Amino acid sequence: MTTTPDRLVDFDEVLTRYEPVIGLETHVELGTASKMFCGCSTTFGADPNTQTCPVCLGLPGSLPVANAAAVEHTIRIGLALGCRIATWSRFARKNYFYPDIPKGFQTSQYDEPLCTAGHLDVEVDGETYRVEIERVHLEEDTGKNLHVGGATGRIHGADHSLVDFNRAGIPLVEIVTRPIPGTGAKAPEVARAYVTELREIVQALGASDVRMEQGSLRCDVNTSLAPIGSLEWGTRTETKNVNSLRSVERSVRYEMRRQAAVLDAEGRVLQETRHFHEDTGSTSPGRSKEEATDYRYFPEPDLVPLAPDAAWVEKLGADLPELPAARRARLMEEWGLSATEMAWLVNADALGLVTDTVAAGASPADARKWWLGELARRANDAGVELTQLAVTPAQVAELTALLADGTINDQLARQTLDGVLAGEGGPKQVVEARGLAVMGESDELVAAVEAAIAGAPDVVEKVRGGKVQALGALVGAVMKTTRGKADAATVKRMLEERVVGS
Amino acid sequence: MSTPSPKEALGRDDIAHLARLSRLALTDEELDRFAGQLGAVLDAVAQVGKAEVGDVPPTTHAVPLTNVLREDVATPSLPRDVVLAGAPAAEDDRFRVPRILGED
Repeated sequence: MTTTPDRLVDFDEVLTRYEPVIGLETHVELGTASKMFCGCSTTFGADPNTQTCPVCLGLPGSLPVANAAAVEHTIRIGLALGCRIATWSRFARKNYFYPDIPKGFQTSQYDEPLCTAGHLDVEVDGETYRVEIERVHLEEDTGKNLHVGGATGRIHGADHSLVDFNRAGIPLVEIVTRPIPGTGAKAPEVARAYVTELREIVQALGASDVRMEQGSLRCDVNTSLAPIGSLEWGTRTETKNVNSLRSVERSVRYEMRRQAAVLDAEGRVLQETRHFHEDTGSTSPGRSKEEATDYRYFPEPDLVPLAPDAAWVEKLGADLPELPAARRARLMEEWGLSATEMAWLVNADALGLVTDTVAAGASPADARKWWLGELARRANDAGVELTQLAVTPAQVAELTALLADGTINDQLARQTLDGVLAGEGGPKQVVEARGLAVMGESDELVAAVEAAIAGAPDVVEKVRGGKVQALGALVGAVMKTTRGKADAATVKRMLEERVVGS
Repeated sequence: MSTPSPKEALGRDDIAHLARLSRLALTDEELDRFAGQLGAVLDAVAQVGKAEVGDVPPTTHAVPLTNVLREDVATPSLPRDVVLAGAPAAEDDRFRVPRILGED
């Protein structure tokens, strides 16, 4: 497929003439042990087609039964978003043909979803934006297509496709926002902040591992532009395939710039599905021959209605864990952080790590210093996420404890960390195995101190003559012979005793 | 929902649209014949509309059951060779399907 590059308007210029409206549809794969309507396992990464059965393959005569945990997770997500929980809710068949849906329809929800009318407040640069939630409904995931014969696995130009149904039937929750107007230049960041906060909430609920890189959280991002002051919103595009938080932001930015160029040229923005390209940060049209969708929804006759009673919903509500916003507020108070300092922690994806490190005994200041400093640098150098570093919060806490009790100093702590990251064990083990502990007033240290004094009579002379700061050179010499393992304060004291005090 | 109400006559275009959605290749002659036949079916079903149901709440299920749920417990799946034995074609342990784009 050859396409001419889109004409783009400079982002700041877009905002001089147009106002964006965004909207997001987010799919979350629930972390249940079994699928939505059958008992097949949901383990990620299993061999193709080893987790299927007559129900999720849509074989004739098979009958679905809904997964209780999936229903409860959906209600809990709804409650966390302040939704109204339906007292009467049904599944519906969404009919369409595609190789990755074995039944010829997706079991979803249509006019009677489990949760409606919620909201989520997100913060961008100190300003709060309220995102209204239209609905939260429960459905099932599709299988996975592998395209053969085209360039780099793309569907375009493929000769045929191969389907793995392990994912088909895994419970999927769809969270749909109402259109979000009034965000102006912040639209891309609001979109990202919304998905980030939603991910935090779902994670806190334990409803999903929400790993975007594994597809357990996926976003469709709607963007439209209208001339400033216009009473009507513009035509929206729906960008699919947005698989990272950064991409959510980039896709809104790109669509705003592209649509502005179309509108500037007196053109019409087509209402269409577009695909996001991670490598270029651009979007391209989806299937050109997309028909007007006609899913012929009808109530699923094989599944009886869900009627969550008040007692059930109340119990689920009472058991909700502390939600991220409340948690952040509490931790700011407990740790004495400013909003900006908290934002750094969140943006670095370090809040959970620091919390766990504090829980393992470190002081909040030490935990923050290590994760935002040395460890962030290591992660950056290695090109991995902070959470992927081969060191646990408990090990970081152990490291700070060894520092606090004087077993190691800053330099030795970094060497200890090298060992931990290299898989040599926990900090104590590494200190022991590598012999990294700070030297006490041992014979070895006494010998090093005396050698330094004997080796620099001129310096000793100066110090005795009143230039006490010259002692620094002797301290340096001792640190050098002990390869940094001595405690500088101890060395200084020992030198003073011998040079000045005698 | 776009399925025409029984009051509108079911036209040839409706049948062609439904046939496409259902991936059925119908001939012109079949389109005409099915339009007539399906019209008769819809008329017959429409008789239900004459029932006096003013005080009956709408329902989609005849059984008085709600919340039929199963515990979230994984159970054994089918062996893969059994699963793929039912497929018209398989490759690399997966179902092989014809090209998706440009099928028409």
